Amino acid sequence: MKTPFATLKSRAVILTADDVDTDQIIPARFLKGTKKTGLGEHLFADWRTRPGFPLLQPSAAGAQILVTGTNFGCGSSREHAPWALVDFGFRAVIARSFADIFKENATKNGLLPVALPEAACVRIELALEQNPGLELTVDLAAGRVSLPDNSWVAFAIDPFAKHCLASGLDELGYILSFADRINAYEQR
Amino acid sequence: MKRTLFDKIWDAHVVTEEAGRPAVLYIDLHLVHEVTSPQAFAGLAERGLAVHRPGKTVATMDHSIPTNGLPIADDAARNQLRTLADNCKKHGITLYDADSPHRGIVHVIGPELGYTQPGMTIVCGDSHTSTHGAFGALAFGIGTSEVEHVLGSQCLLQRKPKTLEVRFEGTLPPGASAKDLVLAMIAELGVGGATGHVIEYTGSAIRALDMESRMTVCNMSIEAGARAGMIAPDEVTFAWLEGRAHAPAGAAWNAAVDRWRGLRTDDGASYDRTIVIDASLIPPMITFGTNPGMGIPVTAAVPNPEEADPEARAALAKALLYMGLSPGEPLLGRAIDVVFIGSCTNARLSDMRAAASVMRGKKVAPGVRVLVVPGSQDVKRAAEEEGLDRVFRDAGAEWRDPGCSMCIAMNGDMIEPGQYAVSTSNRNFEGRQGRGGRTFLASPMTAAAAAITGRVTDVRTLMGGAQ
Repeated sequence: MKTPFATLKSRAVILTADDVDTDQIIPARFLKGTKKTGLGEHLFADWRTRPGFPLLQPSAAGAQILVTGTNFGCGSSREHAPWALVDFGFRAVIARSFADIFKENATKNGLLPVALPEAACVRIELALEQNPGLELTVDLAAGRVSLPDNSWVAFAIDPFAKHCLASGLDELGYILSFADRINAYEQR
Repeated sequence: MKRTLFDKIWDAHVVTEEAGRPAVLYIDLHLVHEVTSPQAFAGLAERGLAVHRPGKTVATMDHSIPTNGLPIADDAARNQLRTLADNCKKHGITLYDADSPHRGIVHVIGPELGYTQPGMTIVCGDSHTSTHGAFGALAFGIGTSEVEHVLGSQCLLQRKPKTLEVRFEGTLPPGASAKDLVLAMIAELGVGGATGHVIEYTGSAIRALDMESRMTVCNMSIEAGARAGMIAPDEVTFAWLEGRAHAPAGAAWNAAVDRWRGLRTDDGASYDRTIVIDASLIPPMITFGTNPGMGIPVTAAVPNPEEADPEARAALAKALLYMGLSPGEPLLGRAIDVVFIGSCTNARLSDMRAAASVMRGKKVAPGVRVLVVPGSQDVKRAAEEEGLDRVFRDAGAEWRDPGCSMCIAMNGDMIEPGQYAVSTSNRNFEGRQGRGGRTFLASPMTAAAAAITGRVTDVRTLMGGAQ
């Protein structure tokens, strides 16, 4: 049983970039371990040394929501990417779009991928730029992101992914509940 | 009901599909390597589960293994490789380990040993699993949680993706290869252009490709964001597979081929999208930027962000800054430091031959480091039997042992900060080949040409009389 995703209220940090690949999220030299833990300190290892890197600014302290561009998490299938994001403290990523494998991997680690249209992302980013300490509320059950001015934007999510996140459903357990059918498939 | 190749394989593998839930999809072949599997085996152990079908799982060591024959100096890499060996032994999984005469890059040995077959569902904790689609299989990369699911159940939960037909008509011109063809496609689609889709490659230019070239094309499907890439099997496929160690033999072979002949998209079946590309217009390609969609003809100038689409402008400017390139400058003639010929994209025998054909009798340019890394021990032996190793060595290149090597730079093979490499691999992301390194992706022939001249070169100018 994984931790269910409850409503998340948190500061958010903007990473202005499209096509952020998983090699940036966690470079390959940190993939030689055999554990899922301890990767947060290497999150964006080659970007965090650059001056002004947004995730390390004081206003981003404690932020559990990352706001970014299109096609986030493209490239390598490494699940180390969501492990590193979660270990760093993130529980949700708001993006214009996600790469397929990253989206699957994120969901399986309790990291909520929120895909929003450009206009909605811009609205959130403008609000955050005006007030960097602003807290957003990600309401999975209602499928919406709320801003402090009581405005909100709805997001779409695969109903099964939503169910898995909200209930902490164990997917392998779900698959194995069909063990009879799997065995029958193998016999045919 | 008219069905696509994808539909036929999908339909044949759905174990069950509950209303509103993803399908439980049966997996015929699960390929495993050292980097993305330890946490999956550990998860299985925590649950007290066995591997459901160890006979459908095959493992190799490729990502973090050295290619220069020395003992493994890196403690972490050694531990990871040992962990894979322990897990395979415990669960009865076939492992092509460091001492195996058939070890190699997972996407090279799967087909080479005949494990990869038409009509199969194939997964691996590696995004370049799309390679195996070249045989008319549905093959895609998965994360480590899903590796655990497949180990524990031989199944995956999957939503049915959409289909995208990419039809290549015409004949590739001299000097252009499968790598150029797929780089041209990714430049057109963009790195997210095929997200949510399985690509089926069709058309006369695809039919004309040999099997290894088809693998190169399918390999890079993920670089356009596609879930998978596939090509309907034909006589080329069957001829390549026949007689391989784990391919069916005798009467079973004939029965399999009869079955496989049905693995094609029905006339009149429809795809969710189709794009058509004229292969006769594809020149040797090269990337200039920091993702595989940033590709141009090798003779073209680097794009000017000021003239780009507004939404692409910032990314382009950022890429040029990282790459140390100026808008509008030609890449031809730019000095390079390293050439890497290898990876699951271009490390098969035909790739070695293509590179050797350019380098035969020539010398590597002074100051340029050239690594040639065959994709497997079998490729290495076959190349040596043809004397290709001597072509490379005589030229001044390093002839290495198989592995992922400088494509992912996990094993000590890497470029230095600020250096430029022409590489036959699949990713030019920032730091992919070594922190601060700068990658130009290209074909084996274009890479070999750069090795000789020390500069980005149009290989057609070295092909005596071909133009």
